[in-house]
Amino acid sequence: MTEFKVPELGENVVGGDVMRVMVNVGDTVAHDQPVLELETDKATIEVPSTVAGTVKEVRVKKGDKIKVGAVVLTVEEGAASGNGASAQRAAKDTDQKTAKVEEKPGAPPQKSEAPAAADAKPVAEARVLSMPPRVTPEPPPAPVAAAPPPRATDGDGQRGPVAPASPAVRRLAREIGVNIDEVQGSGPAGRISQEDVKEHARRILSSVPTGVGGAASTLARATRALPDFQKWGDVERQPLSNIRRVTAEHLSYAWNAIPHVTQFDKADATAIEALRKEFKEQVAKAGGNLTVTAMLVRILATAVTRFPQFNASIDMERGELISKKYVNVGVAVDTDRGLLVPVIRNADRKNITEISIEINQLAAKARDRKLTVEEMSGGGISISNLGGIGGTYFTPIVNWPEVAILGVSRTVIEPVWNPESGRGKEPKFEPRQMLPLSLSYDHRVIDGADAMRFLRWVVEAIEQPFLLSLIG
Amino acid sequence: MADTFQLVVLGAGPGGYAAAFYAADLGMRVALVDEEKNPGGVCLYRGCIPSKALLHVAKVIDEAKHAGNWGVTFTEPKVDIDKLRGFKQGVVDKLTAGVGSIAKMRKVTFVQGRATLTGPTSMSVAGPGGTTELQFEHLILATGSHPTKIPTLSLDSPRMMDSTSGLEIPDVPKSLLVIGGGYIGLELGTVYATLGSKVSVVEMTPGLLPGADRDLVGVLEKRLKNLFASIMLNTKVVKVALANEGAGIRVTFEGDVADKEQVFDRVLVAVGRRPNSKIPGLETTKVKVAANGFIETDAQRRTAEPNIFAVGDVAGEPMLAHKASHEARVAVEVIAGHKAVFEPQAIPAVVFTDPEIAWCGMTEVQAQASGIDFEVAKFPWGALGRAITIDRPDGLTKLILEKGTGRILGVGVAGSGAGELIAEGVLAIEMGATAEDLKLVIHPHPTLSETLMESAEVFFGQSTHVYKPRRK
Repeated sequence: MTEFKVPELGENVVGGDVMRVMVNVGDTVAHDQPVLELETDKATIEVPSTVAGTVKEVRVKKGDKIKVGAVVLTVEEGAASGNGASAQRAAKDTDQKTAKVEEKPGAPPQKSEAPAAADAKPVAEARVLSMPPRVTPEPPPAPVAAAPPPRATDGDGQRGPVAPASPAVRRLAREIGVNIDEVQGSGPAGRISQEDVKEHARRILSSVPTGVGGAASTLARATRALPDFQKWGDVERQPLSNIRRVTAEHLSYAWNAIPHVTQFDKADATAIEALRKEFKEQVAKAGGNLTVTAMLVRILATAVTRFPQFNASIDMERGELISKKYVNVGVAVDTDRGLLVPVIRNADRKNITEISIEINQLAAKARDRKLTVEEMSGGGISISNLGGIGGTYFTPIVNWPEVAILGVSRTVIEPVWNPESGRGKEPKFEPRQMLPLSLSYDHRVIDGADAMRFLRWVVEAIEQPFLLSLIG
Repeated sequence: MADTFQLVVLGAGPGGYAAAFYAADLGMRVALVDEEKNPGGVCLYRGCIPSKALLHVAKVIDEAKHAGNWGVTFTEPKVDIDKLRGFKQGVVDKLTAGVGSIAKMRKVTFVQGRATLTGPTSMSVAGPGGTTELQFEHLILATGSHPTKIPTLSLDSPRMMDSTSGLEIPDVPKSLLVIGGGYIGLELGTVYATLGSKVSVVEMTPGLLPGADRDLVGVLEKRLKNLFASIMLNTKVVKVALANEGAGIRVTFEGDVADKEQVFDRVLVAVGRRPNSKIPGLETTKVKVAANGFIETDAQRRTAEPNIFAVGDVAGEPMLAHKASHEARVAVEVIAGHKAVFEPQAIPAVVFTDPEIAWCGMTEVQAQASGIDFEVAKFPWGALGRAITIDRPDGLTKLILEKGTGRILGVGVAGSGAGELIAEGVLAIEMGATAEDLKLVIHPHPTLSETLMESAEVFFGQSTHVYKPRRK
């Protein structure tokens, strides 16, 4: 009997929601056969089996939230599996960490026993003494756990005295996310007052490093209670989807961590638009969609080789700048579930047709929830094109740990003053297709002048497409 | 058309109706479902309330008898059993109708009938007026408990009673055997003995009220030895059979009793209670029932099905009405989005015998088992003015105190009115009070509440009314 557990799914992926179980008891599974569809923080992943044999037991079902390491199946081995042994070892380890059952000492009288009352024995209260691994330190207000949550102590002096604080003080601590057991009480026998709890909270807040994401600590968020919206009319509460939650956390972190500056410019895209129309058909035949985005990916790829600080990350802790020797460009994709950013790898070594094809494929995967976490990581710079919808300029948030992002809006025809239009003719206004560009960058890494130079370079590359071939 | 509610509460005992009323106060649309005509549950219909009405009568009879010692002699009381039953029923009707009308005032929809869950958000209720379909966002299970039945002790005869039929007082039997020396057995035994029955109690363990501290039980036992014909400890009932052509029950004992076979007019089985967790349709939800029959919940009283909560007897020990009501409020607050947790430091237990026994927090036995360094301070009532004036010097108040800090970990009281006195102990423990706090609080004179203050003074060797040489 071998257990198949959720394997490591990628960087920072701790688990996800089961969307589909693809095998049943009695089925035969082979190595690498997909057995589970898991919606993780950013992608829906088909999880391949690392074991082979006949399925004896399926321990998860649709809708379960499971973590890396959770047992999905047990199989009777058909073929020996390399992972089987280690999986079993791991299983043993987690078993030891989970529940211990303790007999309740001294039963209240209502459990009194009578002669021959075999089934009226004092009930042993099952209590989880040690916390299961990887629990968040603070229980979320509405935990939606698939596994039965640990039983609370029934409190009646069962566990020895807890922190000496009145029920109202304990409630206050819970509400603002303070662990009452960590509060130093100032009263007699260490009794904890409301003031002690608030003082403790203030200490925690002031010890959080400023500026960095820590500022958005649970405590800071917890202290800003939402008003009761119901007072002003009906409202509906819905749990955040995984993607929305992660997007929110990621963007708050990026916004807090990065000193953002956004610069704007306009590129005359008349020539590139003409080229796009001319070669659209050819690229379509190859299976791609020749878009401004695809062309801009290629332009950015070349731009960052000339301005390497735009393809870098900053490590404040070690005081280092990390320059990347590869060029990967992220492309923001709007899906019905939210924003996803798949990455075109080695974009500097691909031509625009190849890039067009790849964007097509990744966008389709994103909409079908088939993107892997791998396909969404490792970007060096990103591009977000909202031109298809409209707008003039916007201020995109840098996709941390990257340091720059190019926002693209809708091309508009504008009169542009041409001092030498037409040989020998009077200078005049000409209608040109102008593309608004917004470059947000991490001011810790990039100076304003360099950013402007970078953006000018991009503008010129758009205006002079031949430049790419010439120097790219 | 099914009605949709924000909250449906299944079971209208002190857990269920407390939940429904509180939720209504918080603005939720609530339905309360129960098989009875009015809310009330076991507590109001066949538990706490009717038994206390009968015990009050017993106390009056007993005091009239003792009045001879004070120079006032009454003739032997004449008991009109129908009228007595009528008084008890009147109390029940008044209270249940009262709760019913409060439900109406709060606009809680009361649905009478037997519920079958049809999924995690719906149920159908078969009532006297037909079937009602209910849809809900949240559900609180408060289905309570029922008297434990022991197969070897069941006999198809009205002479075999449980707590429910015992409270009906079908007659005053000449002899009654109470199986089980817990609080239910002792309370009902007291009623019957005072009304004139020869009551015997049989208990399998070495003492009455298992779980309570022996010194407290000792105070009660002294009086019960006079009231009851016999108390058989370390004794098991192995067989019951009809005797005297159905006019009696022959009981066979095993253990520390000389007379291994005795005949009684009636037998009352009071060996504990079992949770009502066999809820029809529960299997259509993810709610988990533990091996001991209780529904598994977390500290917020949430079951494995995230929108379903369980409170009261069905959710675990101790099976006490006041624990149920408190859990109910926690569950409702959680549903309303608060971070509430069930974490009482002291759940009071009261045995309404005469004298009463009450305790909260740690018992001495629990303190010993926990390994905490503690001290016990006792104040015997013989030294208290108020106890002497009511001719009830048979009492004891004790404090379990943390050594060094004097923090109050447990309080125990045996004596007249102990049930009322214990509330102060609960407050002291919840507030994290110390013996010094209790000592410094002025208690009214002459009242029994002074025993709490005096016990605290005993801890410091400064009790006014007990001389104890000062500690070094």
